[in-house]
Amino acid sequence: MTDHAATGRVTTAGDGGAPARPATPPSGIRRIRIPQKLRNLEFWLLIVACFINASAIVLVQLGALGRIDTQLVLLGAGLSVLVFGLHIAMRFVARDADPFLLPIATVLNGLGIAMIYRIDIAEGDAGWESAAVRQIAWSAIAIICAIATIFVIRNHRVLFRYTYLAGLVAIILLILPLVPGLGQSRGGAQVWIGFGDIATFQPGEIAKIALAVFFAGYLVRNRDSLSMVGKKFLGMQFPRARDLGPLLIVWALSMSVIVFQRDLGTALLYFGLFLVMLYVATSRLSWVVLGLSLFLAGAIIASQTLDYVGNRFANWLTPFSDERFNADPGGSYQLVQGLFGLANGGLIGTGWGQGRPDLTPVPQSDYIIASLGEELGLAGIFAILALYLLFVARGFRIGFAGQDDFGKLLGVGLAFVVALQVFIVVGGVTRVIPLTGLTTPFLAAGGSSLVANWIIVALLLRLSDTVRNHPRLVIDG
Amino acid sequence: MNRELKRVSIVALIMFVTLLVSSTLIQFVQADSLAADPRNSRTLYESYSVERGPILVDGDPIAYSTATDDFYRFQRTYSNGPLYAPVTGYIPVNGEATGLERSLNDYLSGQSSSQFFDQLNRLISGQDPVGASVEVAIDPVAQQAAWDALGDYTGAVIVTEPETGRILAMVTKPTFDPNTMTVHDGEQVQATYEGLLADPGDPLFNRATGGDMNPPGSVFKLVVTAAALESGRYTPDSTFPNPGEFTLPGSTSVVRNSGGGTCGGGATVTLADALRLSCNIPFAELGIELGDNAIRDQAEKFGFDSEFLIPTETEPSTYPQGLDDAQTALTAFGQGDVRATPLQMAMVSAAIANDGIVMNPDLVDQITAPDLRPLEEFEPSEFGRAISEATADTMVQMMVNGVENGAASNARIDGVSVAGKTGTAENGEDDPYTLWFTGFAPADDPQYAITVLVEDGGGLGQEGYGNLIAAPIAKQVLEAVLNK
Repeated sequence: MTDHAATGRVTTAGDGGAPARPATPPSGIRRIRIPQKLRNLEFWLLIVACFINASAIVLVQLGALGRIDTQLVLLGAGLSVLVFGLHIAMRFVARDADPFLLPIATVLNGLGIAMIYRIDIAEGDAGWESAAVRQIAWSAIAIICAIATIFVIRNHRVLFRYTYLAGLVAIILLILPLVPGLGQSRGGAQVWIGFGDIATFQPGEIAKIALAVFFAGYLVRNRDSLSMVGKKFLGMQFPRARDLGPLLIVWALSMSVIVFQRDLGTALLYFGLFLVMLYVATSRLSWVVLGLSLFLAGAIIASQTLDYVGNRFANWLTPFSDERFNADPGGSYQLVQGLFGLANGGLIGTGWGQGRPDLTPVPQSDYIIASLGEELGLAGIFAILALYLLFVARGFRIGFAGQDDFGKLLGVGLAFVVALQVFIVVGGVTRVIPLTGLTTPFLAAGGSSLVANWIIVALLLRLSDTVRNHPRLVIDG
Repeated sequence: MNRELKRVSIVALIMFVTLLVSSTLIQFVQADSLAADPRNSRTLYESYSVERGPILVDGDPIAYSTATDDFYRFQRTYSNGPLYAPVTGYIPVNGEATGLERSLNDYLSGQSSSQFFDQLNRLISGQDPVGASVEVAIDPVAQQAAWDALGDYTGAVIVTEPETGRILAMVTKPTFDPNTMTVHDGEQVQATYEGLLADPGDPLFNRATGGDMNPPGSVFKLVVTAAALESGRYTPDSTFPNPGEFTLPGSTSVVRNSGGGTCGGGATVTLADALRLSCNIPFAELGIELGDNAIRDQAEKFGFDSEFLIPTETEPSTYPQGLDDAQTALTAFGQGDVRATPLQMAMVSAAIANDGIVMNPDLVDQITAPDLRPLEEFEPSEFGRAISEATADTMVQMMVNGVENGAASNARIDGVSVAGKTGTAENGEDDPYTLWFTGFAPADDPQYAITVLVEDGGGLGQEGYGNLIAAPIAKQVLEAVLNK
């Protein structure tokens, strides 16, 4: 699947708009696979997921309130109905889709809501002030978006047609927060848009999907020239100088995110996504070496010239020094409080509602993983990371089993962007890398992040459906 | 393309393994050192978030915890706080605990080793930890009587049970309200604490077991008398020269009897009369004859120079080392560098009352787990024998005479035989005296040993003396407990 002919065939198929499969299989053909089995597995996994989520909310209430409050349980139940709505939709339009993605996303989303709710209780927020209620509302919107996505995009190759449109959308989304009057700055990062306090949104979250689509389409189209071998240097084949354009453009984009939006994590996310997709598309390790060198050079220059980046690095290296701990703003207080919280959780955690995650700043968004680690312990962190790993593995599986290069690349890109985002956030909290502000997919409070990640779920479901039903068509035909 | 995919999957796997390792390092390997960081407010909150057990007097709580909505989860409250402040101490949200709150913190917070299985049990069952309750030996009648009798004087009253060493009353003044130290506002606590520290009355001192460390004055003559009788070379009838002035050997300093003049009439005075009338010159002479080593040995048998945990730490009373004759003479009537706490003097009286045996003092009767299982029960324990039974009998009689027709006459109670000794100790040349009374009642069947300390001359400067101010306080307390 690496030769030009294959790419050309895919392009033709995409452009021609041929249906991925007939609406109804030709009569008289014996079904060799039974997709209902997948959906039934998904159904039972969803039951388990909803049970876990309901238990989490009840345990939070018992642990933090000491009583059961049915209102939030009912809201959660409403959300479960929507999740099953997505499940039923898939029985009609994506029968062969992967059965694990939806239950994993559901559990993570539910655990996030439970923890956000637990912190609401600690901070005395209720009603529309309650971040948990807003998170449930956003989850509902996000799941509806996912259902819409799976209905509208019946064939992922449609996206291939809109490669450059996706690129334009990504650029516009990235620029939006910088527009005067529209953009808002929070915690130093200029990554929000909104009018006053209502309907704030982080367009950068949606941009990562547009970027993945754009990168996949662009790389499939241009991989041949990008794969061309240039000079050999240090035992490695480097690309030709004239092909460096795209890499330099994405690098410049990432650097401008660091400089203008003051958002280190997002820059790392976009650039990492591009590098991985570039490597998979061209199989040239030299691109990765070049790209990483460029990014590191940029990051080091930024850490010397931009205060906020320098502080992040200093906090990462010596968080426990009194100088860093007491520095305000830009000190290591949050990082250290997060570490204290995780340590307080220990192996098995304090239990829902029994810890003190609210001592750490922003415990429900950037630091939700530390909050969960405190109350669910190392065991809980392992379970959550295992869920993410499984989610990412299902995404990679699409890449391995995919029939067309665009689908493969898009699947890998979407799966890797989730993996990288988890790594940047959790790695930042646990001092593997400097702390940067990014949301933890599905868990953290935040509407844009939920919408984006649920759309990723929908796209991966769509891709996996194509992957699985493809062989049947071949055999059928 | 699949080869590259495989490599990318491996990279993703490595990223996740890195996260597993880093979280394990924090939550398992470094968890204890992170918890020990002084900036870790979680550790601090944890120690206050336990439902501490109550401290009980006769079944009624004098310190108890109630649930709150804030970070600390529980509010520690002291009913009748100022009265019991020297017993309970306090546990602030910042800074160190004092009193039983400090010394029995492990039990009160449920962390003691004898509660280990309870902790395990609660962890598994998900119950909140609850501390053990502490029943103290304090007798509420004695405590209230001591509080009332001490009035507005600066000083302390301590009442013990001679046979067991149980502390029945422990009052110190001026005092403070420990409730002001347990408000859930660190800055306010700090401000209160600094205010109490700066207060010239030193309300944070527990003058019953430490604090200013006063010279015992004439009450120390009990120790010297004991040393003399124990030596076998003296009886109550042994006589000493009876001059009106006594120049210390190798010195120009002159010792006088209180009130001036000789000790009663006559050229000589007996040991019994010297003690009864509390004369200084005969004791200075006796002290030189005995030598500082003999006095120190006797003092240490009573508990001087030892630390006692009741179980709260107490200040050891001290008898100085390496004295010449002049210094020894001064210590023989409780001056010089001798220092004593009311607790120590109560132990001297109690030992005389208890046939010569010193009991270890103790504030606590019983520690009970939340499920009412006793964790610790008070068993009387001996510190040791200070004097023989015969010496004790002799000294009881000498002390009874001191009250009946001697220098401690204001401690007399109708119908009850009281044994006692007063003291009026000099501090600086112009400083107010320190006033003492120590004794016990009933003399024939001692139930209560009492020591009263009044600092600052009871407000009378050098006009105040033990029998005028300290003895009536002791009388009032003894009447209250004997009429109970």
